[in-house]
Amino acid sequence: MSRTLVDSVYIPPETSSFDTMIIWRTISVLFVFGSWEIAGRIPISIAFPTFFETMTALFEMIMDGRLAHAYFETLKPLLVGVGISAGFGVLIGTSMGLYRSVQWLGEPIFIVMQAAPMAALIPLVTFVYGIGLAAKVCAVVILAAPIIVLNSYKAVTNANVSLIQMCASFQGSRVQQIIRVIIPDASPMIFAGLRLGVAAGFIGVILAELLITPTGIGDLITYHRSVAEYADMYAAIFSIILFAAVTIGLLEKAEIAYFRPERKKKKGS
Amino acid sequence: MTTVIASPTQEEHSRVNDTAQEIVEVSGITKVYPGGTVALRGVDLAFPKGKMTTLLGPSGCGKTTLLKIIAGLLDATEGVVRVNGKEVSGPGPERAFVFQDFALLPWATVLTNVGFGLEMQGVDKATREAKSRSYITKVGLAGFEDNYPHELSGGMRQRVGLARALAVSADVLLMDEPFSAVDEQTRRLFQEELLRLLAMENKTVIFVTHSIEEAVYVSDQIVLLSPRPGRINRVVIPGIERDGKTPDEIRREPGFLDTVEDIWDTLKKYLDEERMV
Amino acid sequence: MVFFGVRVPAVFSLLIWCALWEVVGRMDAVFIFPPLSAVLVKLVMILGQNNFHEAAIISLKAFSIGMFWAVLVGVFLGFLMGRVDAANKLLGMWVNIFASAPLSSLVPILMLLFGFGETTIIVTVFLFAVWIITLDTYAGVSHISPSLNEMARSFGASKWDMYTKVLFWAALPEILAGIRMGFIRAVKGVVIGQLLVSVVALGAMFSRYSRSFLLEEFWALALILFVFALGISSMIGWVERRVEYYAGARM
Repeated sequence: MSRTLVDSVYIPPETSSFDTMIIWRTISVLFVFGSWEIAGRIPISIAFPTFFETMTALFEMIMDGRLAHAYFETLKPLLVGVGISAGFGVLIGTSMGLYRSVQWLGEPIFIVMQAAPMAALIPLVTFVYGIGLAAKVCAVVILAAPIIVLNSYKAVTNANVSLIQMCASFQGSRVQQIIRVIIPDASPMIFAGLRLGVAAGFIGVILAELLITPTGIGDLITYHRSVAEYADMYAAIFSIILFAAVTIGLLEKAEIAYFRPERKKKKGS
Repeated sequence: MTTVIASPTQEEHSRVNDTAQEIVEVSGITKVYPGGTVALRGVDLAFPKGKMTTLLGPSGCGKTTLLKIIAGLLDATEGVVRVNGKEVSGPGPERAFVFQDFALLPWATVLTNVGFGLEMQGVDKATREAKSRSYITKVGLAGFEDNYPHELSGGMRQRVGLARALAVSADVLLMDEPFSAVDEQTRRLFQEELLRLLAMENKTVIFVTHSIEEAVYVSDQIVLLSPRPGRINRVVIPGIERDGKTPDEIRREPGFLDTVEDIWDTLKKYLDEERMV
Repeated sequence: MVFFGVRVPAVFSLLIWCALWEVVGRMDAVFIFPPLSAVLVKLVMILGQNNFHEAAIISLKAFSIGMFWAVLVGVFLGFLMGRVDAANKLLGMWVNIFASAPLSSLVPILMLLFGFGETTIIVTVFLFAVWIITLDTYAGVSHISPSLNEMARSFGASKWDMYTKVLFWAALPEILAGIRMGFIRAVKGVVIGQLLVSVVALGAMFSRYSRSFLLEEFWALALILFVFALGISSMIGWVERRVEYYAGARM
């Protein structure tokens, strides 16, 4: 029984147990999918299949291996792109946080890249990298890298000053300071940046597949739209949104489990 | 001089009740939080009109909970609170609250903050401002009307909170550890000013604190609460004579020191019990 | 950074990047980078063209309508989730999913449902912006100090007063931050929507330029968009800083 609970009168909204959470989620999911089904049956448009039609199409796609093949194609540029963005992004962002000259040079340009609609440049990419894998990787990097750089940079600049001073007071060298204090202290936020980078990467890879040449999920979407098999098209889109949500959700879980034990504890109690 | 009654829950109670001028009456208050924590059990109390009563006790004794129930901010699980003989079912204009963390609107000036209570009551702007200005002067903040809370020190912010509570002309002032976020020097000065202001305004005050010295120094009556679940342990009447004495003289008086010592002895027992558990 | 004893703000480092661009362009090293000076010449030219004006007006209109609804709906949903526990439990999951979902994949559906015109762009803008505004408003509302809430109640505030005089202002810093982020996303949405629809407004211009290898024009158009995006986001940032003093002061 916590003493603070009684003393400070604020009671947080009753932390719902796991069971009630599941019930709420189920209601919520049923409501949304139910509305989808009804809207599809009316139908609000000939290009709007019902939920069940979409799920049937999805099931068929999974069974005949089309979906697995599409994901294999889509994940290649996504993983390579996010990998490159993560490696270089964290490196650049961290050095921006550590060295004023790098920060001076880098901060404005990355802020511009983060705020600007970089997607506009994707058509240009094809001129250099053609229509193959490299172009799609490049599209992912363009969208994912700025947020990773900026988050790493902010994480390092906001590292706890009193921890750094503590390290200095025990005669830690600059290298020790960076390796033992600054980077570990910054890692939760750097990881959060990677998660945002993955989300941006998803947008990039889908855009590239729709805009440059249809491959993977983008191909499923484009092809089924062109032959008016709308249920299949919706199934592909449904699957990629679900896939992105699950991936990002898992990254968030990992973030809480490994980097923010204090939040995990609070959530669990 | 100091009246300390050793184990007096019964007699002391009747004494306070005898005065028959109690403005706030609390009977049979029990508070159980969701999750089963019992914060208060069967609390009966009377607060005499025009006096300063302190709720004192260790962390977790439910003193703030009791204050918020009296304020109508929390509902009691059982029991009733009466103010001026009328049962309370929510906040009302006869009570005003002073918050531990000041609860000032950070986007509003001192003037607007002090006038907030009046604004909620629908008082027109001109009257509101005139009244606010007069209370701002009374709490010693003249000249800061157009400043924002973040430009003030902790002590000054609480003066704004006090002025806001005084401005609505409530009979009862409920103060929740008002000085706990204020540094020690400011706190002592503030206590003096509070006593002076209250003498002028003739308010009934219910004051929550965990500082024994503060309680003994400012109160007419001290209610000692026992920890989890909070119950009334004893009621102490410090009976400090202030006439013609400086604050330092009062703090050095044997009567003052004995009362502090006596309350500390009681609280120490709780701590010992807790340690044994 | 200090050069020869003179403090030079970081923004000026952009000039170095511009110079680098010019040099790379002159050297003809990477053919997608024409010299910046040539791009700027084209930029001035495009700014005077009629078809650009039309495209800009269409885009701005779609953008404003979409953004207007996104702010309205986002702030409303955020407040609803922050104040009503059931709404939070029902909506929270979906808002979170869509805030980070690859919404670019929804554009083909929007094109089917709303056609190849303005409506699709408006809906795209709305969908890109609304979720982050909802999330930020929700964060703002749920972090309001409970004692501020109690304070207003203790002085007998009515429901209306509570929302208009306390809760809205207390959540304002987060709401503005949400609107700024929603804005940035909406600009991306308007661009992505137009690129994919590719027959209206700026999208049509972009695809014409890239099909005919008019790189200078292409970059000029992109730069105009970039400047527009930065301009408005720093404008909202300026308003945000005006209320920032109390965002930090709250407990």
